[in-house]
Formats: sequence, C-alpha cells, structure tokens
Amino acid sequence: MTSSSPPKPARESELPKPVEETTDDLIDKLQSRKVVPLRHPWRWAASLVVVVLLAQAAHALTTNDAFQWDAFGYWFTRPVVVEGLLLTLQLTGLSAVFGLLGGILLALMRLSRNPVLQSVAWAYIWLFRSIPLIVLLLFLANITALYATLSLGIPFGPSFVEFSANDLLSFYMVAVLGLSLNEAAYAAEIVRSGIISVDQSQLEAASALGLPKGRQYRRIILPQATRAIIPAYANQLIGLLKGTSVVYITSLLELFGVVQSQASINSGQIIPLLMVGTIWYIVLTSLLSVVQYYLERYFSRGALRTVPPTPFQRLRSRLRTTGVAR
Amino acid sequence: MTVAVKVRGAVKTYGTNRVLDEVDFTAQAGQVTAIIGPSGSGKSTLLRAINHLEPLDSGYVTVRGELIGVRLHKGRLRELSERAILRQRSRIGFVFQSLNLFPHLSVVENIIEAPVVTQRVPKQQAIKQAKELLAKVGLADKFDAYPRQLSGGQQQRVAIARALALEPELILFDEPTSALDPELVGEVLTVIRDLAAAGTTMIVVTHEIGFAREVADHVVFIDAGRIVEQGPPSQVLVAPEHDRTREFLGKLV
Repeated sequence: MTSSSPPKPARESELPKPVEETTDDLIDKLQSRKVVPLRHPWRWAASLVVVVLLAQAAHALTTNDAFQWDAFGYWFTRPVVVEGLLLTLQLTGLSAVFGLLGGILLALMRLSRNPVLQSVAWAYIWLFRSIPLIVLLLFLANITALYATLSLGIPFGPSFVEFSANDLLSFYMVAVLGLSLNEAAYAAEIVRSGIISVDQSQLEAASALGLPKGRQYRRIILPQATRAIIPAYANQLIGLLKGTSVVYITSLLELFGVVQSQASINSGQIIPLLMVGTIWYIVLTSLLSVVQYYLERYFSRGALRTVPPTPFQRLRSRLRTTGVAR
Repeated sequence: MTVAVKVRGAVKTYGTNRVLDEVDFTAQAGQVTAIIGPSGSGKSTLLRAINHLEPLDSGYVTVRGELIGVRLHKGRLRELSERAILRQRSRIGFVFQSLNLFPHLSVVENIIEAPVVTQRVPKQQAIKQAKELLAKVGLADKFDAYPRQLSGGQQQRVAIARALALEPELILFDEPTSALDPELVGEVLTVIRDLAAAGTTMIVVTHEIGFAREVADHVVFIDAGRIVEQGPPSQVLVAPEHDRTREFLGKLV
C-alpha cells in the first residue's frame, strides 16, 4: 500500500548536505598563520601623556633664565668645587669601609651565642640609630668639652700615652668618625638580614663536612648573603654619599659646603650653585648604581639558571640582528 | 667483624619530648645498616647524633672505637672543642634529606671544598679525584654546572660524591631519596647500591623498604625513641616478631 511512494530515508539522503564549517575545521585551516598579538592602546596613550609632561619639564628647565645655565657651566668644574667633590668622595669612601667593617663585626656579634656580645651589639645599634647624624657630629666636634685628653693604657689603670682631644680629632677625623659610627649601626642590620636570609641547612652541610667555623662563614654563608645585602647596602651607600653633606656644620668644605659657602659670597648665584651640587650628586649616585648592577650580577652566580645579559650585551645583540653593527 | 659505630644509652630530649630513649645501637664495618621507622620516631636524630650534629643529653657514640664529640675526663664525658668535633666529622660522610649543595659554587667546587680545606689535598689532585667521583656517580659531564642547573636526583648524586671526596670511614644517609620524585629515586639508589657492593660502611635512614630489603645487611626498626626490633632484613622486614613492626610495614604496602 505504500509501495508507490519512495521510502522516506532514501529521499532524505538525496538532499544536498549543508556544508557546515565547524570551529575545528577553521582552526585546522589557520594553524600555519601567525597569531595576531593583543593591541594595547592604553599603553600608547599613557606613554604619550608622560612624553608630553617630560617635554614640558625640559622646556621649563632650559628656557627659564633664572637657572643661569652659563653660571652653572662656570661653577661646575671650578677647582674649589672639584676639591669639595674629592672631599665628599673621601668621606664617603672611608666611612663606607669603616662602617661596613664595623657593621659586619656588629652583625656577627648579634648573631653569636654569647649573650654579652649580643646585647652590646644590640645596644650599639639602638643608640646610634637613635641619634641624628647632625647631633652626633656636633657632639664629636665639641668633644673637648667632655674629655680634654684621651689616653691609651690599662683600663682603669695607668695610661701610657696621652693625647689632647683637640689635636687628635681634627674636623676631618670628626666627620669620618661620626659618619662611620652612624654607618656601622645601619650596615650591621643590613649584613645581619643577609646572613639570616641564607638557609640554615647551608651551615649544617658545611659543618657536616668539617669545614672550620671561619671558612663556613667566609666561603659558604657570606657569598650567599651578599646577594641579599647588595641592593640594601647600595641604598645605604647612596644615603651616606648624600649624608656627607651634613658635615658642613663642622665647617668642613665638602661638595655641599663649597656650594653653600660660595653662594653666600656670590650673591644671586644660589640656584646655579645648587644645580652644580645636585648634578654632581646625581653623577656619583649613577656611578654607584652601575657598580651595584654588576655586583648583583656577579653574586647571582648559581642563584639563577642563566644570568640575563647586561644592557650593553642586549643592545649589541639587537644591533647585530638588525644588521647595523657587525 | 669490626664494629664501625657503637651507640650506648643515647638519650635526647626536646623539652618534654624524649626523642631518643636509651638507645643502644651497633653497626658493623663493611655493612649497610638501614634504620626504618615512622616519622618522628627519632631515626634522623639517632643518625645525626652519630656525627654530633645533634649532641646527646647522655650516652655516647664511638666510631671505630673513638668517642665522637666528647672525651673522657676525670670520669665524666666532656664536650670537645668545636675544632676537634669538626675534625672528627671530616672522617664521617653525611648526605642530607634536603638538597643542600652550596648553590653559589659549581659542582666541582662543592666537591673539592672539604678535602682542600680540611685535609690539605693539593687543588689539582682534588679536582682529579672529583672527576673520578663524578664519573662514579654517572655525572662526569656536569663538572662545571651549578647545582640549580641539575635535577634533584643529579644534585643528590653530587652530594654523595661530595661526601665520598673525604674518603670517609663511614657514610650516613638521612632519607636520601625522600625529597625526590619517584622517577629520580632509582638513580640515587643505584649509586648507594654500588657503594654497598664495594664494601662501604653505610647507615641509611630510609622509607624505601624494598631497597632496604635488597641492600641492607642489618635493619633496625625504631619507634618512639626506642629500638623495637633489629636483625637481618629477611627477619625484620619479612617475618617481624613485634606487632608494632608488623603494623608499620603493613601501612607501607
């Protein structure tokens, strides 16, 4: 009875199949094409704003005659300024060395198991972090009011040599001493933070190998601690470099002292003189930053699987790939 | 048979916790002694007491007849100076559970450090020995690498080479494979197996019961600071006498 009409399934199969492109097919077709990276329009916008602001600042610096750039040029390499600069470098260098040595000693004392050494180191750090540098310097500059003579001998017993405090402590010495005492307190905490950042198991491994105590610290702990110490100590050193400007109150003519005294003699030149000081401090800080970068790189040996290239190496390889340099 | 390590009446407490409770323990020279037991049973403390990394409250340890960390003086045991203890330790190799090579020193620097400093071996000779030892643990090509460039198993094999560089009379292993993923365990056990075959005196704290059964000459089961049972692996691991041992082994399978 239904023989006249063709079977239903057969009819459906005759219909042309709609060509349906699935996502999978599309991806298969595109698999060899590069992916279009995400665009970042806001990065461009933010960069533009910053560039405009920088241009404005540069314009303000260069077009304002009150900066007296010609006077700046005159003062920048004047012998009196260079002398001040050298004194600043000397004070920074000496106090950095004494401060760091004192700091290492204090840090080891604080970490020792001897309660007396521990508390003395703690008290030193507490005291010298509490006294403002400027107050400390003034105390030392007026030491003769406290102790007219200093002597070397048996504690509480007879003395062998005696000095007049005034002869012994020139203003230069006062500055170095004050800066070093202050520096040691801060350096101690930085060194200590580096040492305790090294895993305890390193000390255990070293002592299981029978390495002598000093060697354990010198060879195993300190090199690893140094990696943590460098960024914090670089900060401290930059602070010290600028902190030397405080010694002008002892009438010692370091960089800021020179700027200050010249400004009082040459009226109307305070701005270019301050700029001279500022630029020199910026130059010195920049040099320290470069040294910090390379030291960090050196002490990251073993801590990173591969040490990243320096900015110079990166620049060179970029130039090479673009064919500018060979 | 010569006694390599003798521990007598070892007591160690942390606060009120008695980690070692009158432990008597003997390890023979040329043999592998395995110490097994649950976590916190005191097995690592016992091992660390042997080279005085963990000073005992009472009791004593001798290695080849020499008191470790203490000396007999006027009828009492007195602690030795730090220097003397460090000197004794350089005769005893120790391989830690955690991977604690020195990360800032290359593989070869890790290995030669102790022989050069404590035994005054000339540097060139130490480097030559280090190369031989690295070949022995299958890492001849990793000479200049830094530890973090190596896999956990490779690091642990370097640690074994570092311990061997002192030509120790005895090597202590504190769960040498427990920080490693299962694939790397085998390579470390192979190295220890080779050392055992060469007749090195070793004491191994381990959770690898299969390894203990195969390699150890003597197995010590310790629980709650006391030795529960000890003997050849065929006895302690296969047919233990004590319920506690049976319970522990049952949990591991």
